[in-house]
Amino acid sequence: MSPIEPFTTLSGRVAVLPRNDVDTDQIVPKRFLTRISRSGWGECLFYDWRYDEDGRPVDGFPLNDDAAAGASVLVAGDNFGCGSSREHAVWSLQEHGFRAVVAGGFADIFENNALRLGLAPVRLSADDLRALTAELSTGDEVVVDLEAQVVRTASGVEYAFPFDAFYRESLMRGLDEIGTSLAEADAIDAYERANPARVSTTAVHAVVGGS
Amino acid sequence: MPTTLFNRIWDDHVVVERPGRPALLYADLHLVHEVSSAQAFEGLRQAGRTVRRPDLTLATEDHIIPTRGDRVEDPVAAEQLQAIRANCEQFGVPHCRMGSGREGIVHVIAPEWGLTQPGMFIVCGDSHTSTHGAFGAFAMGIGTSAVEHVLATQCLPLPKPRTMRIHFDGELPAGVTPKDAILAAIARIGAAGGAGHVIEYTGALVEGLSMEGRMTICNMSIEAGARAGMIAPDDVTFDYLEGRPGVPTGSAWDAAVARWRGLRSDPDAVYDREVVVNVDELVPQVSWGTNPSMTSPVDGCVPDPDSYDDPSLRAQVAQALDYMDLRPGMPLQEIQIDRVFIGSCTNGRIEDLRAAAAVLEGRRVHERVSAMVVPGSAGVKRQAEREGLDRVFTAAGFEWRNAGCSMCLAMNPDMLVPGERCASTSNRNFEGRQGKGGRTHLVSPAMAAAAAVAGQFVDVRSWA
Repeated sequence: MSPIEPFTTLSGRVAVLPRNDVDTDQIVPKRFLTRISRSGWGECLFYDWRYDEDGRPVDGFPLNDDAAAGASVLVAGDNFGCGSSREHAVWSLQEHGFRAVVAGGFADIFENNALRLGLAPVRLSADDLRALTAELSTGDEVVVDLEAQVVRTASGVEYAFPFDAFYRESLMRGLDEIGTSLAEADAIDAYERANPARVSTTAVHAVVGGS
Repeated sequence: MPTTLFNRIWDDHVVVERPGRPALLYADLHLVHEVSSAQAFEGLRQAGRTVRRPDLTLATEDHIIPTRGDRVEDPVAAEQLQAIRANCEQFGVPHCRMGSGREGIVHVIAPEWGLTQPGMFIVCGDSHTSTHGAFGAFAMGIGTSAVEHVLATQCLPLPKPRTMRIHFDGELPAGVTPKDAILAAIARIGAAGGAGHVIEYTGALVEGLSMEGRMTICNMSIEAGARAGMIAPDDVTFDYLEGRPGVPTGSAWDAAVARWRGLRSDPDAVYDREVVVNVDELVPQVSWGTNPSMTSPVDGCVPDPDSYDDPSLRAQVAQALDYMDLRPGMPLQEIQIDRVFIGSCTNGRIEDLRAAAAVLEGRRVHERVSAMVVPGSAGVKRQAEREGLDRVFTAAGFEWRNAGCSMCLAMNPDMLVPGERCASTSNRNFEGRQGKGGRTHLVSPAMAAAAAVAGQFVDVRSWA
């Protein structure tokens, strides 16, 4: 995977999707997941909420609002990205143009995937999220300032958010995480010497199965 | 200082502790399937990297394969299947092909082969990896970039999760299963109730359960948003494992068991959060909404959105009932179904099939209902056929299929058509999970079998 694009301060339009527990089956329906390419995912985003049976845009879905064109910040409810581990959810959001998701909370695997790929998961307190959602409409401009750890609206209101210091630094520098771990080769070798493998999948595979 | 099972396993796997950065953890076992791996292998190739430990990696085909016949009609899916075969070939990863007799759901075959062992750190590009925690392992789902990371390094940088304990007090009444216990626990703590935490399940209930029941409970940890779920290993665990191909033999076995006995939380260990769930009075559960926390006892009713104080919850429940086409206040036992699915990594093991078959013995599937059983692995299928369970299912009017994920996630020919309503032993009832426009009700295998016969939900306790 190529190193991620650095993220420091993002000024962009929002799309507001005020729902809790948005699961990854909605973010990218599973029927697209047989694809093996790493591109072409933007069109799959929220497909079953965005389009009706005949492939026509569903009226009232925030991403179908003309004002959502070019939006780079998605504002959602609590527990965003719950359910399956599919990283395709992050790919779809990113390819559609989103670079940050602001929510009351994130599912663990989704959040980890997002951090690895440079989609900023921005977590606001319940009160701040309520205030932000009340203040903003789809198409409004906001600034997500990762350096200062605030979301700033056009009216000048600032909503502070916590962010893990390591991942903040990684996002701001656009880090190649695998490269960083490979640099620990000596430590990994030493661990393997001290901790012999507990199983051998190759040996087991050779003896099981068949009818 | 007293410590938890989770902390013990964590400490055993830290390769390097780096100030201000997540620890680097070593994975004992990396399970791979076709859907979340293609782009990871491609990333390795592009970067000129290789698989560090193919001998700690096992791949299978489970999500997209058909459960009838061996032809993959969809050309895009066929290409994905070709990709995992070619990738495993290129990188020397052992692979379980459809039709080889080895295939099955990744979370069913690894325990079956004794690859899942106490004290391990196990990862897989699949959220239901939490299943393996039943053996006292730390097992969690990861995304494709992390799959690539583990393929390349056998390690993963990971912020340390918090700990949570769910203590199941009491004993399950007759006709009530581990599936009902975990559904009730999720309904209690919510779909994000375990977020950021590793859950350890304790109490008389889990101590008395078989490994398969424990796997059902740990499997659904992710439905409460937890990073993982785990249960301390004991004699039940060791008895299950002894003699399986992946475990040591002779004196090495004795040494392993001696080591595994130390894998428990100290009696006075402190968890970041504790919840007690009493199961003495538990009733079989049926989900009515669009996430697994939207679940109620079968003798209850579909809730009224207006009964919720929180406006966002009220809106969410109303939306769920609209999708599910259910009336507030209607008794769950009046909900009529069209389809029944018995299978999945939650409830596709031999004991699940036995429980469903016991209900079906001498009965017939309702004329409106189309029902199928999909064993969790080729091994489960062989075992069931040895016991004659396949004949019980087919005599009752069920279809008897080949192993796979099947209609749990409908990434293969098995799926609901829009508007169809299904009693399912799987793990998720999200919108469209079992097919676009389909409606899923999560239940135990016995409840699914009873619903197949009645054509609607019934309280299986009254069928004894």
